[in-house]
Amino acid sequence: MILKQAGLTGVLCVMGTEIDPAVRNRITGLTAVLRDMQLPGLVEMIPSFTSLLVRYDPLVTDASAVSRAILAIERMMSPSAEETGRVIEIPVCYGGAFGPDLPYVAEHAGLTEKEVINLHANRTYPIYMLGFLPGFPYLGGLDPKLFTPRLSSPRKAIPAGSVGIGGQQTGIYPMESPGGWQLIGRTPMKLFDPSMPLPYHAGDSIRFIPVSEEEYRQEAERWRSK
Amino acid sequence: MAIEVIHPGLLTTVQDMGRVGHAADGYPECGACDKEGFILTNILVGNHGDEAVLECTCLGPVLRFTEIAVVAVCGGTPAVDGIPVPCGYPYLVRAGSTLSIGQTKGMRAYIAVHGGIAVEPVLGSRSTDLFTHIGGCQGRACKAGDVLPTAVYNAPAVYLSLRQRIQEPMLPPAAAEIAAIHVIPGPQDDLFTAEETQTFYGSIYKVSVDSNRMGVRLTGNPVTAGRSTDILSDAILEGSIQISANGLPIIMLADHQTTGGYAKIATVVPTDIPLLAQLQPGSQLRFEKIDPELALARYRKKNEEWQSLRERMEMKTDESRP
Repeated sequence: MILKQAGLTGVLCVMGTEIDPAVRNRITGLTAVLRDMQLPGLVEMIPSFTSLLVRYDPLVTDASAVSRAILAIERMMSPSAEETGRVIEIPVCYGGAFGPDLPYVAEHAGLTEKEVINLHANRTYPIYMLGFLPGFPYLGGLDPKLFTPRLSSPRKAIPAGSVGIGGQQTGIYPMESPGGWQLIGRTPMKLFDPSMPLPYHAGDSIRFIPVSEEEYRQEAERWRSK
Repeated sequence: MAIEVIHPGLLTTVQDMGRVGHAADGYPECGACDKEGFILTNILVGNHGDEAVLECTCLGPVLRFTEIAVVAVCGGTPAVDGIPVPCGYPYLVRAGSTLSIGQTKGMRAYIAVHGGIAVEPVLGSRSTDLFTHIGGCQGRACKAGDVLPTAVYNAPAVYLSLRQRIQEPMLPPAAAEIAAIHVIPGPQDDLFTAEETQTFYGSIYKVSVDSNRMGVRLTGNPVTAGRSTDILSDAILEGSIQISANGLPIIMLADHQTTGGYAKIATVVPTDIPLLAQLQPGSQLRFEKIDPELALARYRKKNEEWQSLRERMEMKTDESRP
């Protein structure tokens, strides 16, 4: 682990150089211990692919005190941290109006639409970080057969809940937004709602469960009435 | 009690200290861009300092007060019912009176009312998030016809009490002709060559017209020439200086996204972000390294100053009771 000063209010813990589930597990482990020990002056912790930013209040503590605490925790942690996150199931209605780019993704991969759905659904995608939009998960684990370039010109408005593929990544748009990913389906789950906690966090994993259009509508109705 | 928006100005939003603590979920922090102007304006009306205010940009709003109110403005050219009033000073605005903010002196002006603007907090903050459309006035900039709720208090009593405590206007410091912006190198300063680093610290940059609440964009000497320094996305802080694809620095302000893939050559210290947030397009700046110990001492001293001002001005509950 390398510690770097991030201005007057942050210490960046760099825990790896590549996207790697083992690095993610160590970041998740460090985050949990720091949260549990209630480090004085801790403001928040922001995990990303290979690092954790520990933000502190410089009126209460300073970079050297925060760094000492982090290094002490690292010495106690086992080098091979275990997967501790939950697996969150996300229902997805693939194709049709909900996934207008499914035919393109299938053609690009040389597969049928059904084969694309089978490769995309029912596998576990680790969440490395949330960013870009509130609740937008950066996921690893996409089958390389499904790697698809982004749209050459981004859409102005992608509906909330859209599930897409962009390059080597897959993810969900939690709210309506512009974006350039290939859309293959949509979840009826309401992911963006500031009055409720997000269903998942960095360190958890996501599994997409295919549902029919009928099941999508029922589920969407259930979310609307919540 | 309420404030009615007669004319919204160019970009007027409800802001407080920001939606702190939700960056890991991807929520931008938002909040006032110039925290010094924000805190000072709040303190001038006897607030604690973190109450919601109006932040306006370049051209301020015209507001009507439905009831008598204690108001302060920092950074504008305010007038009550057409008669100019000073900045950095509390005044009493009568029921039905109109307050116009006019042109801002820097980039942004702040308008505080005693007790703060009482819109519903979202995730612990009343700040407007223009990106996800939450907080403030329906998650957007103020429009003509908006009615902003405020606290109920005994305005004449608050005003008289405040006037006994302040003789001279109090204003945040103005920037020098070429603003010196103090930075702590990193976290990705090691990705830049000695020559690129020299360009960054040795150049005078101009604030671009493309700047907004998300960031201050600059024009001038590119730090990197056609060489990508992109990284795997990591967390961004207010004050982070990214070197973007065209080689020019972008300094992150209150509405910045939580993560990004541009390398961050340095980070502006919190005491200089207010200065930066007030630079109008065309203003000049240069970056100067500061020893972290000195930066910390300055930050703590600044907060002590605010604390003593707060103790001098803050109303006791029984003084402001209606």
